[in-house]
Amino acid sequence: MIASLAFYLFSGILLASAAMVVSSRNPVHAVLFLILAFFNAAALFLLAGAEFLAMTLVIVYVGAVAVLFLFVVMMLDVNFVQLREGFQRYLPVGATIGVVLLGELVMVLGGWRIAPGSDGLRFAPMDAALDNTRQIGQILYTDYILLFQASGLILLVAMIGAIVLTLRDRKTSRHQNVATQIARTPADTLVLVDVVRGAGVPVDHYLRPKVTEAKPVAPADSHGGHH
Amino acid sequence: MLPVPLGHYLTVSAILLVLGIFGIFLNRKNVIVILMSVELMLLAVNLNLVAFSAALNDLAGQILAMFVLTVAAAEAAIGLAIVVVYFRNRGSIEVEDVTMMKG
Repeated sequence: MIASLAFYLFSGILLASAAMVVSSRNPVHAVLFLILAFFNAAALFLLAGAEFLAMTLVIVYVGAVAVLFLFVVMMLDVNFVQLREGFQRYLPVGATIGVVLLGELVMVLGGWRIAPGSDGLRFAPMDAALDNTRQIGQILYTDYILLFQASGLILLVAMIGAIVLTLRDRKTSRHQNVATQIARTPADTLVLVDVVRGAGVPVDHYLRPKVTEAKPVAPADSHGGHH
Repeated sequence: MLPVPLGHYLTVSAILLVLGIFGIFLNRKNVIVILMSVELMLLAVNLNLVAFSAALNDLAGQILAMFVLTVAAAEAAIGLAIVVVYFRNRGSIEVEDVTMMKG
């Protein structure tokens, strides 16, 4: 009873905050409502018994994705008032398509039923004796190991792609010049002198490092950056 | 397993999906809100997967939801990187300007 009441409460907040995400005037408010929607979806996952996925949703979506959105919204100096133009113009077509799609989904929801023999077709039947996280761990690293590795590869590609896209060279930045470092020989910087035994070292005759004229900073296009 | 019938979960996720599609049409100029709407639609997909997984006592749905979560995170990162680059070049994030290279 309490669980079903909680379901209706969380799903109501979820849908309300999703509506606020798409209709909010201020994008920062939209991101904050998105975070609220993610929290409520995590609560719905918990009610369905998917504990591990609920915690993953909070960590991944709220901790990473929503904060990323927040960074971008706050970092870019976008004229959001100008972007709101045409809001009224697109409202009818969006509402029409939404209503049509909702009608179709209602027709699907009204007419489906689970096939009689579906119990024998399950990939990974749940074991009531084990908790959710342990069961996921038992099949994620055995049956689904290739998919698991592939998703890691997707994240790697996304990370490299984001870095390559947003990295830009500054003209004033001092990069490491590997060729210069490798071409450097001891003769360039080191001097060996004979010291007369017993004569002491006069104060002004300390060995100083060779003075090499400072080379100007290399031009920015000499290190193969993208332009 | 589920506190309410499966149909209630499916209804919630259907409404969430329609809200996401509605948001794409409503904010056709603002690509950041479009990306957020795509996240809402993927969340609806995840809700469906978890609900069916709990109703059928099959864990494969939750595994699949986890992969959807991974792909959604990667998509958000790449999409926002493209938005940043686009804003740097154009000084605005209007989606309708993107087609300016079209012949």
